[in-house]
Amino acid sequence: MVQSLNELKESPSQTAGPYVHIGCTPNFCGIGGVYPEDLGARMKTGAVQGEEIVITGAVHDGMGMALKDALVEIWQADAAGKFPGHDADADANFSGFGRSPGDMETGRFRFDTVKPGRVRWPDGRWQAPHISVWIVARGINVGLQTRIYFSDEAEANAEDPILARLEHQMRVPTLMAQKQDDGTYLFDVHIQGPDETVFFDI
Amino acid sequence: MTETKTPQGGFVARDRDWHPAPFHPPYKTSVKRSPQAALLSFPTSASEITGPTFGHGVLGPHDADLIHNFTGESAIGPRIVVYGRVQDEFGRGVGGALVEVWQANAGGRYRHKKEGYVAALDANFGGCGRVITDAEGNYEFRTIMPGPYPWPNGMNDWRPAHIHFSVFGHGFAQRLITQMYFEGDPLIPLCPIIGTIQNPDAVKSLIAPMDMQRTVPMDARAYKFDITLRGRRQTAFETRPEGL
Repeated sequence: MVQSLNELKESPSQTAGPYVHIGCTPNFCGIGGVYPEDLGARMKTGAVQGEEIVITGAVHDGMGMALKDALVEIWQADAAGKFPGHDADADANFSGFGRSPGDMETGRFRFDTVKPGRVRWPDGRWQAPHISVWIVARGINVGLQTRIYFSDEAEANAEDPILARLEHQMRVPTLMAQKQDDGTYLFDVHIQGPDETVFFDI
Repeated sequence: MTETKTPQGGFVARDRDWHPAPFHPPYKTSVKRSPQAALLSFPTSASEITGPTFGHGVLGPHDADLIHNFTGESAIGPRIVVYGRVQDEFGRGVGGALVEVWQANAGGRYRHKKEGYVAALDANFGGCGRVITDAEGNYEFRTIMPGPYPWPNGMNDWRPAHIHFSVFGHGFAQRLITQMYFEGDPLIPLCPIIGTIQNPDAVKSLIAPMDMQRTVPMDARAYKFDITLRGRRQTAFETRPEGL
């Protein structure tokens, strides 16, 4: 026998179920008066630095249908690449955290945020501007991790260590928010199928 | 954030065999909501090591009291206190962690427009609450015991009584949603959602024991539910971009 490592196991995940909005966005699903507002509903609390952007999209199942019971969360750096609450010089009017329940009829999520600045990779290289994404819903047994990159950052994307690491380079567009004619970005997620989004194990 | 003793390494990798299988046909909805391609693995960067921080300022005075936080009047059902510790895989308490919970009422009915179960709503039960852990990672909230309920999956599937937990650690890579079950519930081994977890020890880690020592006499029973989040490596020898 050898010594015990005395390490614990992470609590196993369980699906968020069909009623995740009761716990995470109660005002959205008609449970008013418990919390003054839903967590993550506002990412900007005043005038923010940098380019203000809107990202919309929907999460699709393996049959191509939009989920109407998903919860999407994002976490990102501010316009200067600083993380709110962690970097002392981060934008004080920007939370970096957004949570969207998606529209009850269409499943469409929406984030009013800022274009993130570049952040370094652990080895010192620059990553392209990106937003971390976490998706839970009924039927998703372990929350899905992915990232939003931006289609109009071709130069930075070409240098990004994660995008470069993808064996199937034809899947890179699944991580790209596409700039639309109205100036917003579109980021559709496909959980399964030929257009399956690249999900991460991080 | 108290950074003085925070480990500087990346997060320990998730044990995907300990977590539920994403594709588990007995839980029918998982069939078309599970990725088929391999996940892309890479070391945690600043984007995953950091995460949103929530101060106690976000909490209202009754957020952790689900018995009263909907209307101020008392909800119907067996009164319980749920307490525990949020810790990491190295046993360190995770202080300042936001824990959000939601659940059905004592009859097994959720307050949601898509809910179709015949059991009655409780006019005084909303079904959500939240709490932030203290510096050692401890949390506590008060609620009523949720009821089990049938759900459309197989022809006669029932969920054991459970409380949903959403937990934020210090890093976005620690983000976790799970469910707490109650000791002695005969529906636990029958549940297709619990069945997504292959390892029986992993299932046990989600079952809360009753704790008579924490029970409030003539008021509420107590259940203990510890939650373990991913840990960060702790070493003085982490390779850094600046060298050494």
